[in-house]
Amino acid sequence: MQDSELDALIDAGTASLGIPIEPAWRQAIRANLAVTLRFAALVEAHPLPDEAEPAPVFRA
Amino acid sequence: MTAQSSLAAIEATLADIEARNPRLNAFTAVTADRARARASALDASRAAGRAPLPLEGMPFAVKNLVDIAGLPTLAGSRINRTRPPAAEDATLVTRLEAAGAILVGALNMGEYAYDFTGENVHDGASRNPHDTTRMTGGSSGGSGAAVGAALVPLALGSDTNGSIRVPASFCGVFGLKPTFGRLSRAGSFPFVASLDHLGPLTRTVDDLARAYDAMQGPDPADPVCVDRPAEPVTDLLARGTEGLRIATLGGYFREGATQQALDAVASVASALGASRVMELPEPARARAAAFVITTTEGAALHLDRLRSRAGDFDPAVRDRLIAGALLPAALVTRAQKFRRWYREAVLTLFDDVDILLAPATPCVAPLIGETELDLGGEVVPLRPNIGIYTQPISFIGLPVAAVPVRGPTLPIGVQLIAAPWREDLVLRAAWRLQNSGFQAV
Repeated sequence: MQDSELDALIDAGTASLGIPIEPAWRQAIRANLAVTLRFAALVEAHPLPDEAEPAPVFRA
Repeated sequence: MTAQSSLAAIEATLADIEARNPRLNAFTAVTADRARARASALDASRAAGRAPLPLEGMPFAVKNLVDIAGLPTLAGSRINRTRPPAAEDATLVTRLEAAGAILVGALNMGEYAYDFTGENVHDGASRNPHDTTRMTGGSSGGSGAAVGAALVPLALGSDTNGSIRVPASFCGVFGLKPTFGRLSRAGSFPFVASLDHLGPLTRTVDDLARAYDAMQGPDPADPVCVDRPAEPVTDLLARGTEGLRIATLGGYFREGATQQALDAVASVASALGASRVMELPEPARARAAAFVITTTEGAALHLDRLRSRAGDFDPAVRDRLIAGALLPAALVTRAQKFRRWYREAVLTLFDDVDILLAPATPCVAPLIGETELDLGGEVVPLRPNIGIYTQPISFIGLPVAAVPVRGPTLPIGVQLIAAPWREDLVLRAAWRLQNSGFQAV
């Protein structure tokens, strides 16, 4: 994603979650978001069947 | 032990902490009065004829995300300093004390455990006992420093992505990250519900096994802790590696490693007679998925604090958590689905092998303040990349013992990895290595 697209995501996301951010934090947040999206894309590129169950442990 | 010995030993420990901790910055609180009272009570009951306990008089300290009654549970943060003191001890503290151990304090850590360095902007970095200009590793940095310097023989740490194994590696001690769900997390400040583990760091495998045995067992207070009965390992250590199939992990687990890390794995493999090489399926993707789950679950945990007190966080933690809060939920679910696939794929390997060997860290302890790491010729940010070899393992909760390997100047650790619930195997192999000269540095 371009910086402008990341910034748009930061603006919309922090507004919807109610997280106030200082201008000085933006560059580091953008860099971290880019890395996180890159890792998420790597995971998503792995094909999984529709029936694949997620992993969290939960017992009623 | 004589009736006086626990109190005398605790007085010596407290004096040692007072003398040497200023250089190491391992402790954030020392519970001297409590320790003296506990030691006196142990001595009195011993004098009255009580049989010795498994950890009789053993001093221990805990990462400051573990509840200690009467103290605020800092979790390495400034924000938590205003929380009320813990009303009671964490389950594992209670169990260690029931086995005769004596709590002497709380230990420094990276803020909210989102750290591989042992640095802390509020309390200062914990310092590596082998070279105080170097990192302890994190996030259980104070635990690594306290055990590495022999201020205490036992410390508790937590490990979400490597935070027991990394400081064990950098500080030259043994560490155990048990199977996910084996040890209770009740009374510890969380980080990533899907991945958090607690476990011990020690100077000997015998202490590691005895402490682990004392802490096992179900705990209704932790919904992840399994109902499995305790499976003690201490009496099994002398079986060593007899009959065990052992292999070294290749591929991903060699890429980017320094020569010292590769040499350490080779020396452990040689000592254990392991010549086979195996590969995990998709370890890079596993690490990526662990990263995604960590940053998003961490963000969910801290959402209110990010809204109201963002300026009070360590900026490096805050900026990662805010980024994590912004990731679309569909991608997080994909990471959890991949986790299930990866678990099943990895477990099939254990049909053919009992123990897998891998480096604990790609390098020895970097200098405090260093921000970049040379991974096989590629310069990458240091903080996230210290855990490249630990993350694909804890991601599916496999039990791991970290074993110290002496180096020319600084130690480095090797991971012994087994199938879920087989802590006995990694501890037996660690015990065999200890008796072959692989000892705390």
